[in-house]
Amino acid sequence: MHRFANPTRFLRFCQAVLPWAAVACVLTLGVGVIWFLFYVPADYQQGDTVRIMYVHVPAAWMALALYTCVAAGSVSALVWRHPLGEILAKAAAPIGCMFTALALVTGSLWGKPMWGTYWVWDARLTSVLVLFFLYLGYIALHHAFDNPDRGARAASILAIVGFINVPIIKFSVDWWNTLHQPASVVRMDGPTIHASMLWPLLIMGIGFGFYALVVLIYRVRAEIADRKLRRLEVARVDAAERSRGSVGTVTGS
Amino acid sequence: MTAVEEFFAMGGHAAFVWPALGLTAVTMVVMLVWSIWSARDKDRALEASRGRNAAGAEAER
Repeated sequence: MHRFANPTRFLRFCQAVLPWAAVACVLTLGVGVIWFLFYVPADYQQGDTVRIMYVHVPAAWMALALYTCVAAGSVSALVWRHPLGEILAKAAAPIGCMFTALALVTGSLWGKPMWGTYWVWDARLTSVLVLFFLYLGYIALHHAFDNPDRGARAASILAIVGFINVPIIKFSVDWWNTLHQPASVVRMDGPTIHASMLWPLLIMGIGFGFYALVVLIYRVRAEIADRKLRRLEVARVDAAERSRGSVGTVTGS
Repeated sequence: MTAVEEFFAMGGHAAFVWPALGLTAVTMVVMLVWSIWSARDKDRALEASRGRNAAGAEAER
């Protein structure tokens, strides 16, 4: 971890990883999409709407995984003052926010034909909606202060406090009586979903993961450049004030 | 119904399946393009700023 405390060195590492992640993303998503569109059979109960599952579930997985990244980065920033923690968290948040929104919308479009409703205030849907607002709050706090470091600190605290929502989301379908179906993949007794559906689902999940990695690398690059820019601005303002000061003493005396 | 027509009909649920899949694809592409553009834009601004700072330092000397 300490090897990567230097942002420039971390950037070099990211640039090295990027092409591999991009290729892996294209391959896994390509295979996954063709598989679930053309080769997965229609479900005996849900018909062809089951194809929505192959974007809805991976999006939800990414929403939770990325929030965990945001929270972990925030912890490392606040507790160990690791400079990368904040950068990673800030870069990951918009991606997670997007996936949360996608999970909610695709879920709604799946719910209408299957459950007869676009929305229900059950524990799973409600807690994922809360996750969406936590993401929005995190992003907003970063921009809410004149001093960006204060915004970053406030956002980090929100991220850490909000992390309790992640296990709530995961276990909501067990702890409460929900319309949303119970877990069929990540379970103590193993998956209950048939292999013909499980494999394309896992491949889509991995594909979404590589996608998130690619986007994250670009956003980290932008964030590091932004911070360097700000430091340069500060340095330039300082230099200008110093030169003005020296001119003033020459003419003043 | 031909196989192609059946595919697009999605068992009668086309109005839900295709918007869900389409929205997901479009959103992910937009996020990717925006992130790439943002990284390149910030890098360019950084180069320009470094140039300005170097020029300023030269002028002082």
